[in-house]
Amino acid sequence: MSLQRIWKRPPMIKSSLLRWSLVVGGTFYLALALGTMEVNWGRVADGLPRAERFVMAFFPPDFVSKFGAIMDGIYESLWMTVVSTVIGIALSVPIGLGAARNLAPRPVYLFSRGVLAVSRTFPEIIIALFAVKIFSFGPFAGIVALSIGTIGFYGKLLAEDIEDMSVSQAEAVKATGASWFQWLNYAVQPQVIPRMIGLAMYRFDINFRESAVLGIVGAGGIGATLLTSFDRYEYDTSAAILLIIIGIVMVVEYSSGYIRKWVR
Amino acid sequence: MPVTETATTKIWQRRDRNRQIAIWAAQFIAVAIFMYCWQLVSDKTSWFFVFDAPRIAVDMVERMVPPKWSYMETLWRPIWDTIAIATLGTLMAVVMAFPIAFLAARNTTPSTAFVRPIALFLIVSSRSINSLLWALMLVTILGPGVLAGMLAIGFRSIGFCAKLLYEAIEEIDETQVEAVTATGASGLQILNYGIVPQILPAFAGISVFRWDINIRESAVLGLVGAGGIGLQLSASIDTVSWTQVSVILLVILATVLVSEWVSAKIRHAII
Repeated sequence: MSLQRIWKRPPMIKSSLLRWSLVVGGTFYLALALGTMEVNWGRVADGLPRAERFVMAFFPPDFVSKFGAIMDGIYESLWMTVVSTVIGIALSVPIGLGAARNLAPRPVYLFSRGVLAVSRTFPEIIIALFAVKIFSFGPFAGIVALSIGTIGFYGKLLAEDIEDMSVSQAEAVKATGASWFQWLNYAVQPQVIPRMIGLAMYRFDINFRESAVLGIVGAGGIGATLLTSFDRYEYDTSAAILLIIIGIVMVVEYSSGYIRKWVR
Repeated sequence: MPVTETATTKIWQRRDRNRQIAIWAAQFIAVAIFMYCWQLVSDKTSWFFVFDAPRIAVDMVERMVPPKWSYMETLWRPIWDTIAIATLGTLMAVVMAFPIAFLAARNTTPSTAFVRPIALFLIVSSRSINSLLWALMLVTILGPGVLAGMLAIGFRSIGFCAKLLYEAIEEIDETQVEAVTATGASGLQILNYGIVPQILPAFAGISVFRWDINIRESAVLGLVGAGGIGLQLSASIDTVSWTQVSVILLVILATVLVSEWVSAKIRHAII
């Protein structure tokens, strides 16, 4: 009688009951979700030649014939991004300080966390939808939407970073008899600033990408130009705009790496 | 530590002179850029509407209450669709992101000179194009509906998942890979027993994290006709049925909060 032991790697979820119920439940849900999906296959078949035209539009894209409109849109997106990032971060600093548990008294903490939760829940585009109704069409509505989005994102991360900071440094500065603002400036700020500058660049990047769609609801930026080019079936212009967006995002991403190194 | 010495006392400063001047210059440039951009904004804004905004906002809120709860009956189907778009889209994305991440990671890519840049370009282009733009394109191609929304979510998420995943692959513990290699394992076996077990928790975490984001994104895809609850939202706004709008907003809020809670629970269990 030979005893052969065969090794099997341990599964990620230990309890076999939980594992199998997850598998069965997941499969059931997927089948149901796929089954209830209504697809008009005739319309899909009609659209496929369009897909081909769309792909072909990238070879070559048309930067030239709508150059003025494209540049206006990109330019508007860029300055909307700058303004909304700066305003959003400026507003999120006090809220972030208030939302740090080790800094703020309890009522302030709860209030700031509430503000952050609400501004994080709704996507920028829904906020923009209402901002357009309130502030009328144009980039101002877009800036309001992006700033609110920035507050939710940046304030939360700032608060978490402050909560994670090293307590001993903060105590050392406090022991010198520093005032609250001095303490903030010399103990808290140096610990969080390198990461916060990186995150500011990241948020700039996000805001630029978002500003490219705000035009769909009339809140300014390159989105309006893009939407028009889609509606007029000028796919080669759309291709050009998409390539410019990708290019700018890449530039921002690379330069943010350098800026982060310089700050450190 | 920069310390200036005057005749009698030493004065501590946080930075030396050149660094301080550089920081001031950077701050000055930043403020100048901001002021310039603000000028452009101001030119394009009709300030009359902005000053009038509080009144309009109050008016809008007044019209939204009380929410028309009977409208919920027609909303169950869109909610189901929204969640289905997010789930199926995320699934599609993680399936496609998995191989791309291996091609993009510096330690597993077959060639750094040729394959890696292509994989990185795929990741960047998928990430830079917002899911609404993907939806806009796919709606013109596939027609309005859930399918376009699902693919839009999927394409947008590939880059996100692949980026986080390839960073996880680059950070794996090489000694484990060496140990598996030393047993005489083939390339695929090394992948299967040396690398995959190390990144599986990160992989699961990333998928759930993205699913949570996708619930939010699929709620707005309806604005361009790609299915989900956004369709009802834009229809209700267009027909100025503000009491329906408030119901939809509350539903989105609840869905997002629940999905955030679920994803936090799962990630907590994994890590």
